[in-house]
Amino acid sequence: MNPKRKRRLIITLLAVAAAAVAVTLTVFALQQNMNYLYSPTEIDAGKAPAHRTFRLGGVVKEHSVVRDGNSLMVHFVVTDRFHDMPVVYRGILPDLFREGQSVIVTGHMQGTEFVGTQVLAKHDETYMPKEVADAIRKAKEAERAQAAKQAHPLPQGR
Amino acid sequence: MLPELGQMALILALLLATVQAVLPLVGAWRNQPALMAVARPAAIGHALFVTLAFALLAYAFLTFNFSVAYVANNSNLSLPWYYRFAAVWGAHEGSMLLWVLILSLWTVALAIFSTRLPQVFYARVLGVLGLLSIGFLLFILLTSNPFGRLLPPPPNGADLNPVLQDPGMTFHPPVLYMGYVGFSVAFAFAIAALLGGSLDKPWVRWARPWTNVAWGFLTLGIVAGSWWAYAELGWGGWWFWDPVENASFMPWLAGAALIHAQAITEKRGSLPAWTVLLSIFAFSLSLLGTFLVRSGVLTSVHAFASDPRRGVFILIYLGIVIGGSLLLYALRAPKVAGGKPFAPLSRETLLLVVNLLLTTSAAMVLLGTLFPLIGDAFGWGRISVGPPYFGTLFIALMTPAIMLMPLGPFARWGRADGRLLIRVAVQSAVVALLVGGILLFADSRGTPPWRAVLGGLGAVYVLAGVFAYALKRWREAPRGSRYPAEMLGMLIAHVGVGIFVAGVLLTTAFSIEHDVRLAPGQTETIGNFAFRFEGTTHVTGPNWTAEQGTVDVLENGAPYTVLHPQKRTYDQGQGQTESSIDPGFMRDLYVALGEPLDNGAWALRIYVKPFVRWMWGGGILMMIGGFVAATDRRFRLRRHDQEATSSASPGDRPTPREDSA
Repeated sequence: MNPKRKRRLIITLLAVAAAAVAVTLTVFALQQNMNYLYSPTEIDAGKAPAHRTFRLGGVVKEHSVVRDGNSLMVHFVVTDRFHDMPVVYRGILPDLFREGQSVIVTGHMQGTEFVGTQVLAKHDETYMPKEVADAIRKAKEAERAQAAKQAHPLPQGR
Repeated sequence: MLPELGQMALILALLLATVQAVLPLVGAWRNQPALMAVARPAAIGHALFVTLAFALLAYAFLTFNFSVAYVANNSNLSLPWYYRFAAVWGAHEGSMLLWVLILSLWTVALAIFSTRLPQVFYARVLGVLGLLSIGFLLFILLTSNPFGRLLPPPPNGADLNPVLQDPGMTFHPPVLYMGYVGFSVAFAFAIAALLGGSLDKPWVRWARPWTNVAWGFLTLGIVAGSWWAYAELGWGGWWFWDPVENASFMPWLAGAALIHAQAITEKRGSLPAWTVLLSIFAFSLSLLGTFLVRSGVLTSVHAFASDPRRGVFILIYLGIVIGGSLLLYALRAPKVAGGKPFAPLSRETLLLVVNLLLTTSAAMVLLGTLFPLIGDAFGWGRISVGPPYFGTLFIALMTPAIMLMPLGPFARWGRADGRLLIRVAVQSAVVALLVGGILLFADSRGTPPWRAVLGGLGAVYVLAGVFAYALKRWREAPRGSRYPAEMLGMLIAHVGVGIFVAGVLLTTAFSIEHDVRLAPGQTETIGNFAFRFEGTTHVTGPNWTAEQGTVDVLENGAPYTVLHPQKRTYDQGQGQTESSIDPGFMRDLYVALGEPLDNGAWALRIYVKPFVRWMWGGGILMMIGGFVAATDRRFRLRRHDQEATSSASPGDRPTPREDSA
C-alpha cells in the first residue's frame, strides 16, 4: 500500500468511526426522548407505559376543573368521550386551556392518576391538533367495534 | 376593482417570471446575447408587478376593504393601522406573497448590483431565480389567492391572531424571510455554475457577500422570533426545539457551514463540489422550513391552522427544486475536483471539521423534527421527540466546534503550525480557567451549577482566542490593512458566538422561576428582590380589554420598580398574556399573570433571568459580523473579474491577503 492510499484508508476509517459514533448517539438520544401520545381509551386498554413519560391527548371534560384553595395544584379530567383520565397538574395553565377544548398533557401515570408536567393548548381555538383528533376518532372506532360485537355476539355465523 | 387589479398584477408577474426564467436560460445555452439581455428588464418588471400586488393588498388592509376575504379574516375596524399593515403577512396567503416579494427584491438587487458578472453567468442566475419565482407565484394563484372576494362583505372583520399583535411579530417574518429567500441567491449562483459545467470560475467569490447578508438576516429573524416567544408567549422560554423554530434553525446551521465552505473554495479552490452541495442544502432547508410551517403536517406549540392541499403543492415544488438540483449536481459535479492540496493540519481541515459538525447538527435537527412524520408513516404510533434529544446532541456536537473556534484564524492555509495551535488553545484555556477561578472566588454563593461553569469557561475561551488573534494582527499587519472587513466580520461573529454561549448556559443555570399563587398584598421573594402583588385593575386598549396587575418590586427592601403585566381579552374573544419585563444587562425581572383564582388572588409567574439578554446580544453580533464581512472590498466586482473568468481559478488568483494568517 503506498502512503497516499494508506492515508486515504485512515481517513476513511476515521470518517466511518465518527459516523458510527454519531449514529449511535443519535439513536440513543432518540430512544430516550421519544414520547408517544395515548388517548384515555388506549390507557384504559393498558397500552400506555406504566413508568415512562408519555403524552395524553384529548378534550378537557366540562365542569371537571377543580383548583386547590391555596396552591397552584389543579385537577381536571381529560376525555376522548369514551373513557376519562383524571389529571393532576401543578402550575399555571396556558391561555387557551378551557373546558371543552383539546389539550395535550405530558407526564406519567401514578396509580390511577396522570401526573402532568406540561400542558399544551393550541393557539388557534378552532383547531384540534391532528393527534388529538386521531385519538378521538380511534376511540370512536374501538367503541363502535365493541358495540357491534355486543349486538352480534357471533358475527361470523351470519 | 383594486383587488382584481392585484390578482392581474400577480398573473402578469407570473408571465414575466416565466420570461425571466426561460429566455435567458435558452440564451445562455444557445449563446444568444439578445435573449440573455432579456433577463434584467424581465426581472425588474416581475418585481414591479409583485410589489404592486403587495401594495394593493396592504391598501385593502389600510382601507378596511372587508370584501376581500383575507382582509376580513385578519383585521377589523379597531385594529391599529400598524398591525393592519403587519396583518398583510399575518396569515398564510399574505405571507406567501411576502415570500415572493422578497424573492423578487433580492433578484432586483442582484440584477442591479451584479451587472459586471459575465453575461452568460448573469443570465443563468437570474433565470434560476425566475424559475423559483414561477413555482411560488403558481402556488399563490392556484391555492392561496390573497385577493379572493367575500360577498356580501361583512360590516366588520374578524381579527389578527392576538399573538401576532406585538412589535416583535411585525418584523420577525419579513426579516426571517429575507434570510430564507436570501439563500436562493447562493443557490442560483451554484446552479448557474453547475449549468456552466465548470466550478473553477470565481463564482464563489461573487456568491459570498450574498450568502453572508442572507445569513445575517436569518440570524436576526431567529433572534426576533426567540425574543417574541420570550415576551409574548408569556412563559419566559426563549427556545423550545419546536418544529417551527427548528424550521428556521436548520437553514441557519447549513448557512453557517456554507459561509465557511465558501471561504475555503474561494481562497484555495478546494472542495468546490462540497460548497455547491451546501448551497443546495441551505436553500432546500429554507424551502423545507416554509413547507413545515405552512403545511401544518407537524403539531407545534406555535401551531398555525392550515390546509393540507397546500402541503401537497409545496411538497411537489420541493421535490422538483431539490430533486432537480441534486440531479444536476450528480450529473455535473463529479467532473470537478482540484484546488491546492492541503496537509492534515491546516485551516482547510479545521474549517472542514467545523463544516461537518454544523451539517451533522442540521441533519440531527432534521431527523428529530421529521421523526414524528417518519413514525407516523411506519405506523409506530404518535410520537414526539422531546427537547432533551436536541439539547444533548447539540451540546455534544457544538462543544468541539467551540473548542476549535479560536484556532481557526491562527491556522495557515495549506499547512498549519501544530505547536502554535496548541499554544493558542492552552493560552485561551488558561485565561478561561483564571477568569473562572476569580469569579468563583468572588462569588460566595457556593459551587455554581455545571452549566454555568461550562458556559463561562467556553465564552472566555472563545473571547480570549479572538482577542489574541486581533492582537496579533495589530502587531504584525501594516497599518490600514490590519482588519479588512472580511476578517473584522469574522471576529465580530466569533465574539457573538462567545457571548451567546455565555448567555445561554448562564441563563439556563441561574434563572429562578417561581409560579405562585398570590393574593393582593402578598409578597414573593427571589434573592434580593421582593415582588409584592397589589391586585389588578381593568384597563382598555384599542381592540382589547385587560386585567392589569400591579407588582411592586423591592430590592433589599427599597422600592426598585413597578411592573404591570396584563391578561388581555381581545374583542373577538381570544385571551392573550402580556408579560411585564424590567430589562437589564445582567438580569431581567419577568412577571406574567397566569390565571385568576378566587378572592382576587392570581397565579403569577415571577422570574429572575440573569444574562438572558446576552443570548440575543450574541445573535445580533453574529448578524453584524455577517453584514460587515459582506462589505469587504475584495467581493466587489471589478472589470478584471470578467476577463479573468476564462483564465484563472480563484485559488490561483493572487489576493493581497491570501496568506495573511
